[in-house]
Amino acid sequence: MSESKKPLLKTEDVSEVFGGLKAVSDFNFYINKGELVGLIGPNGAGKTTIFNLMTGVYVPTTGEILLDGESIVGLKPYQITQRGIARTFQNIRLFSELSVLDNVKIAYHCHVKYGLLETVFRMGRYFDEENEIEQESLKLLKIFKLDEHAYEVAKNLPYGAQRRLEIARALAAKPKLLLLDEPAAGMNPQETHELMEMIRWIRKQFGLTVLLIEHDMSLVMGICERIYVLEYGIIIATGTPTEIQNNPEVIRAYLGEEAVN
Amino acid sequence: MNAVRKRDLKMLIFGLLVYGVLQGLISGGVIGSFWQLNIILICVNVIMAVSLNLINGYTGQFSLGHAGFMAVGAYVGVVATTNFHLPLIAALILGAICAGALGFLIGLPTLRLRGDYLAIATLGLGEIIRIVIMNIEYVGGAAGFKGIQHLTNFTWVYFVMLVTLFFIKNFVNSSHGRACIAVRENEIAAEAMGVNTTRYKVMAFTIGAAFAGVAGGLFAHQFYLISPNSFNFLASFNYLIMVVLGGMGSITGSIAGAFVVTFISAALASFPEMRMIIYALALILLMFYRPQGLFGYMEVTNFAPFKKFLVNSEK
Repeated sequence: MSESKKPLLKTEDVSEVFGGLKAVSDFNFYINKGELVGLIGPNGAGKTTIFNLMTGVYVPTTGEILLDGESIVGLKPYQITQRGIARTFQNIRLFSELSVLDNVKIAYHCHVKYGLLETVFRMGRYFDEENEIEQESLKLLKIFKLDEHAYEVAKNLPYGAQRRLEIARALAAKPKLLLLDEPAAGMNPQETHELMEMIRWIRKQFGLTVLLIEHDMSLVMGICERIYVLEYGIIIATGTPTEIQNNPEVIRAYLGEEAVN
Repeated sequence: MNAVRKRDLKMLIFGLLVYGVLQGLISGGVIGSFWQLNIILICVNVIMAVSLNLINGYTGQFSLGHAGFMAVGAYVGVVATTNFHLPLIAALILGAICAGALGFLIGLPTLRLRGDYLAIATLGLGEIIRIVIMNIEYVGGAAGFKGIQHLTNFTWVYFVMLVTLFFIKNFVNSSHGRACIAVRENEIAAEAMGVNTTRYKVMAFTIGAAFAGVAGGLFAHQFYLISPNSFNFLASFNYLIMVVLGGMGSITGSIAGAFVVTFISAALASFPEMRMIIYALALILLMFYRPQGLFGYMEVTNFAPFKKFLVNSEK
């Protein structure tokens, strides 16, 4: 493969054990620059655990996780975000008492260069950077059709808008790799369709690599180029959407033994 | 950009106006010595409340030992002026450095705790500081430190308060302040957005402790004698009441809280038997009808007339 197809993120034999439960075992995965990959599987298969491993919330029991060829095992979540992985959460975790705009502004944190003294004495880069953050945040909100709600409190937004705000906030951290944990959960088909278009568009616009967990098959099959299927912490299948749809193992995992025969 | 600077300037002018009026009233003899002392106490309490608010209100770390840091600032300050004959400003800075350094050292291990556990740990640390001071003969032990020069006056206290307010206001309205607020709102999400939560908790705790030290230095030089018991658990609690009463996460609220609490206890000084009853009733009523505190998250600049005043003259 050419140079541009070097994997952005790669895991080697990653396992995570909680007490007697092996949540993830020997997880081997890669995602290339610019790819859009889906991670699916029945409830409790370990999908979110994998996100937590990639973002440093959990430390893998064994195995190696490489971002751009460098190990990120043992780094704190904020350090991993600084290195270019941002995420959204399955159960929305916004800064719910703050305004929509402030939610996005906070995520610019790791790109702010002005120091404590410049903050307190309002000197130097403070004004320029604050101004830039404000402009960029508003631009992002506009992309996600949230600009009208910029000064509303985040918890008052409708559910679909809160999901969009989570993605906007993750993008504000300027990631290379965006992890979306069930972005379409709780959305109606119309909203899901819009979200799909949006993910496509931001990926092109920001040159992003995207990994998403999703239960909504129309979304996964519609936009993902490659899919990993997980069951009981083990990868049972991987391939293009068509391959996955016809894979007997996947059908068994989702629909039971009888459906295959 | 200029708008923000002009707003700051206007607030500074407003602060100077208030100073002018109060100083005029004091010089003119309209405000007697009793109320003069209380105005100074209000200013000291504003510094305490705003610095505690940075820890409790903005960063969401429940600290109950703020009077301990005040004690450090007070004792370091009086030793500096009395035994080493340093000027007041040097004493205040020294007090702030010592209290801040102690806050940093204490903050590193204790801020791993959350909620109730942190409250109990800081409560204990505040008491430890007091008891340690009580056992140091060099600073007078339990009898207290005597012979302090009366170096503060209204002007000193007021301007140090203004500096504190500007410092904390600027800190809060920046990326660093937003990081602290993010820690309060949702620690997991904050961490996922690239905020080093431990660093900001410790930073808020250190800055809060340093300003408590400044307040302690000012407080101590107002009296002939200070004793460790002025900085006990009840004092810490009093500052917490100011913050909660004014609104956690509002600088205006802390100013209002410090003012109301100090004013009520001064105004009721002549009815000692009724004082605690009225005080307690006022707090219960407030928590019933306004649990978010007088100002909640709002600042005075968020209210329509002020906003108009601040924006209009920007054109």
